[in-house]
Amino acid sequence: MKKLAKQVLFYSALVGIWALLAKLKIWPPYLFPPPWGVGHALWDGFADHSFWIGIAVTMKRMLIGYSLSVVLGMILGLAVSSSKFLEETLGGLLVSLQSLPSICWIPLAVLWFGLTEKAILFVVLMGSLLSVTIAMEDGRKQMPKIYGMAGRNLGASGFRLFWSVLLPASLPFILNGMKQGWAFAWRSLIQAEMIFLSLGLGQLLMMGRDLSDMSQVLAVMILIIILGYMVNGLIFRTMERRLQEKYGLTPA
Amino acid sequence: MSTSPQNAYSNPVPVPSNGVRANVFHGKPVASVAAFPIRPLAEVVVPKVTLDGISLSYKTTSGERLLALDNISLEVKPGEFLCIVGPSGCGKSTLLHLIAGLNPQTSGKVLVDGSPVSGPGTDRILIFQELGLFPWLTVGGNVEFGMKMKNIPKAEREEKIQYYLRLVHLSKFRNSYIHQLSGGMRQRVALARALATEPDVLLMDEPFAALDAQTRDLLHDELERLWSETGRTIIFVTHNVLEAVRLGDRVALLTFRPGRVKQEFSVSLPRPRHMEQTDVARTARDILDCLRDEINKSLEAEYADEKTR
Repeated sequence: MKKLAKQVLFYSALVGIWALLAKLKIWPPYLFPPPWGVGHALWDGFADHSFWIGIAVTMKRMLIGYSLSVVLGMILGLAVSSSKFLEETLGGLLVSLQSLPSICWIPLAVLWFGLTEKAILFVVLMGSLLSVTIAMEDGRKQMPKIYGMAGRNLGASGFRLFWSVLLPASLPFILNGMKQGWAFAWRSLIQAEMIFLSLGLGQLLMMGRDLSDMSQVLAVMILIIILGYMVNGLIFRTMERRLQEKYGLTPA
Repeated sequence: MSTSPQNAYSNPVPVPSNGVRANVFHGKPVASVAAFPIRPLAEVVVPKVTLDGISLSYKTTSGERLLALDNISLEVKPGEFLCIVGPSGCGKSTLLHLIAGLNPQTSGKVLVDGSPVSGPGTDRILIFQELGLFPWLTVGGNVEFGMKMKNIPKAEREEKIQYYLRLVHLSKFRNSYIHQLSGGMRQRVALARALATEPDVLLMDEPFAALDAQTRDLLHDELERLWSETGRTIIFVTHNVLEAVRLGDRVALLTFRPGRVKQEFSVSLPRPRHMEQTDVARTARDILDCLRDEINKSLEAEYADEKTR
């Protein structure tokens, strides 16, 4: 409760200073809009449904792109972690590819797929695939070997061994990578949307720029922050806490 | 603490005390023939487990070949309690892994009921030293796991979970997670999990090594009771000779690196036994005398390792 009070105080002070600076009119309002201007833009955006549509479209892309990268990343990570040859070859490539900012995939995606939904999903996929793959690989390695042996000993093999033993056993080690993958996917998606101009939050942001509407720009930025924070802070944090409780791990 | 170890558990054992406990396994009466195959006396008893000239060697990181197990041959009768004793590093855990089919041996054969083993099977369940209980499952879920893998129907699994949890006095903890339990309780979960798949052979790898003496004594009593009630064959590995004499019908002594069977001792002391009994201690002393050279070799090797490091 004390923490919440501090936070409320902090954000009110922040908005207060912002309002004060806007009131002083040091910068013209079209460059430095007051908080109520941004509030208005948020209200209008939700009232004419453009923000709702933007959020829905962006989240849909996010879900599809991220799910794809989780499934593919798990397969890749498993392959890399279970073969010495793949680890020394493909593993190295994956790590080096991770140094490539995902926005660099945009030209390639546009040439391959055109300005389509597929191109956006491709960029999201490439943005998060690598961190999921590497997380899966590390998870398999860090997971105590005993679980695999115990599983085989009790009659599990093949896919069932993977699904009911290896996957849950490495989950605490994978989760961090999954979280990172989500954060990368989120960044890639907004970047891609800013270039592709096809609905979505990124496009709303660019539209604000094109119309020189600073209030809209700030409003969308705030939306992106809140959405990103909600998924990260609420969904992943909760999963992490649940997992720690269940597995008896002390919170890091 | 005035209670003696064997009645410190106040929960009654949930089986009728008419002497046919094993025959009411899953709530349904089963013909006793199914539980205890009674063979005519004339018939030769096929050993439950036969180790036929087992050897295992592996490459160390420095590239040399190390012989871990050397030509081990042992026969274990159905329903027998065999203890394998040896100094640390004699490969006794490795031997259990081979019997469990988790690793292949370099040469020789493992036979169960006369047919060779080629991989893990639920007829032989190993209880690992580290237990390997699944932290993402509840106690009940852990006990259920092996049965699920065997595709046993839900209703039957349910009955067996209840039965085996009662057997190890953990019914109340069915929905707890592993990390919420004490060491001795975890040990009993591992036992229940292994028993629930109803293996013919139970392989136990120093299961009580990490426990305090009191808990261990209690679990000895429990294990002896479960063994006599279920008629399983048990191969129990330990470095503790006293424990081996307390539990085993027979004690096989392994040498240090490479592991060979040095000698076998049959223990015919009446049951139930206790570690404090003088005859148990005396038998243990005889075995220990025989083991002493091996322990010294093991210690010397350890010190040598330390010097070269």
